[in-house]
Amino acid sequence: MTRDKIEAEILRIFRDEFEIEKPGLDDNLGEKHDFDSIDAIEMLREIEKFLGVELTRDEKKQAMDIRTIRDIVDYVDRIAAKKGC
Amino acid sequence: MSFQSINKAGQNHGNQGVQKCTNVLQETLQTDTGIVQKAFLWMKLTKGIEANMERRVVITGCSAITPIGRTRQEIIRHLSEGRSGVKELKKNDLLADYIECGVFGTIDYPISYDFKRLYRKTMGPVAYYSCQVVKELLETSGLDQEFISSGRLGVAFGSTHGSPTVQRDIYKIFFGNSDTKLASIGAVDYLRSMVHTTAVNITKMFGITGRVISSCTACTTSSQSIGFGYESVKFGMQDAMVCGGADEYDTTTVAVFDNLLACSTEFNDTPHRTPRPFDAKRDGLVVGEGAGAVLLEEYEHAKKRGAHIFAEVIGFSCNNNGGDLILPNLDGITKTITLCLQNANLAAKDVDFVSAHATGTKMGDIIEAQAIERVYGKRPFVTGLKGYMGHTMSACGVIETIITLYMMKEGIIFPTLNLENVDKRCNMIRHTMEPAETEIQIAAVQNFAFGGINTSLLLKNIQE
Repeated sequence: MTRDKIEAEILRIFRDEFEIEKPGLDDNLGEKHDFDSIDAIEMLREIEKFLGVELTRDEKKQAMDIRTIRDIVDYVDRIAAKKGC
Repeated sequence: MSFQSINKAGQNHGNQGVQKCTNVLQETLQTDTGIVQKAFLWMKLTKGIEANMERRVVITGCSAITPIGRTRQEIIRHLSEGRSGVKELKKNDLLADYIECGVFGTIDYPISYDFKRLYRKTMGPVAYYSCQVVKELLETSGLDQEFISSGRLGVAFGSTHGSPTVQRDIYKIFFGNSDTKLASIGAVDYLRSMVHTTAVNITKMFGITGRVISSCTACTTSSQSIGFGYESVKFGMQDAMVCGGADEYDTTTVAVFDNLLACSTEFNDTPHRTPRPFDAKRDGLVVGEGAGAVLLEEYEHAKKRGAHIFAEVIGFSCNNNGGDLILPNLDGITKTITLCLQNANLAAKDVDFVSAHATGTKMGDIIEAQAIERVYGKRPFVTGLKGYMGHTMSACGVIETIITLYMMKEGIIFPTLNLENVDKRCNMIRHTMEPAETEIQIAAVQNFAFGGINTSLLLKNIQE
């Protein structure tokens, strides 16, 4: 899976599911877009749906430090490579 | 023990620290009598608290979403035209085909919500109603954000059991035959469905940082909200409280009462003719939906900022029958009404109007009429407002309070809708059979709930 495809999908999720239009890749999501801990959990569900895999508890915990879209893309890229998506 | 230490105790605990201050004062009295006078003066000057620690509480705002409209004008128009908000039960897939009752007190007009996703994500339908009535309440209140977030404004708000619509979605996941592990409970589903979802969504949306009381006592939910809010302000814990309740459209609530043979079933083809409180042909209650909120405020606080005052809350009582969870209880209800009069230091003859709970059930209406006759005799007008909209469950206490305030201000008492021939067993009290142009100085609002819970509120018309 290419990084461009991941980024496009993450931006689609932000637009369709979180009503956040065209966020900057390095925006602090919490400060600039009211993206909170509940949204982070919802985001992980969306990532599971996108990759078609279930994330382990440890993998989910690793996502808790994410602050930006770029962080999310890096995270998904890593998970996709690890799980062979 | 010094004055400084008393002052510190007071500052540390705010008005909740009054009892602590009193304890300190009692200790101090034994060692230094001179300081006591100073300390009382300090309490009075800094916290506005009299020695008896009771403050006057007034209602300075009302907002409602009801089956007979939202605004004061719409509601008054429906009442004056005798128009019902009871409609046919929706034929959805939620047991509707198995329920004998075919009517519901329905909100069928559009409501445009303007809530950001930040707030919407933790809200089920019942929270939408709740936040909308509180939004309108606060927008018209004149309270500034500094006060709203000061910790001196609290929330007393509840619903019967959160959002049944969201709960059903959760059950679908539990009991569904999904073959994917990815389907799981959403992160926000609990927040949208939980019992106190109304109260905390209100605090989040408006930045309210005071105390939260979230009653969930079915039909007495919002009358308890008003009562407990009243006590919170009266005894100095808060300077103002947003009080109310809400329930959303839900067929399964109808099923609960239908199963107990408590629902109306004879008027499915003419929904506007039921429920029929105190009428000889009444055949049960009609479940409804709605929401209401009132702003309770300490009298001097309201006066100082020039707020419009609807009425003063002068009494509240709440007790339990201590027995059967369903059957109405004459002694329990009588006791509630009597306790409220005592709480307000009033005589029964002082009360001009009684908003009866009057759901339209066979036994409930008879027992309530007996209790009203026992305490008040034949003097006050009695109206059962559920005739207009059915039983809005957790919202009924606050909606009936709001309508009582409107009638108080309009100088008119509207009759019990569908009361055509009074049941002989309910005929010992003064039913409002047609609109009565009369001043209400003191009004009682009484509500009773499954579980044997009873409440009474006493409201005084004050002209400011």
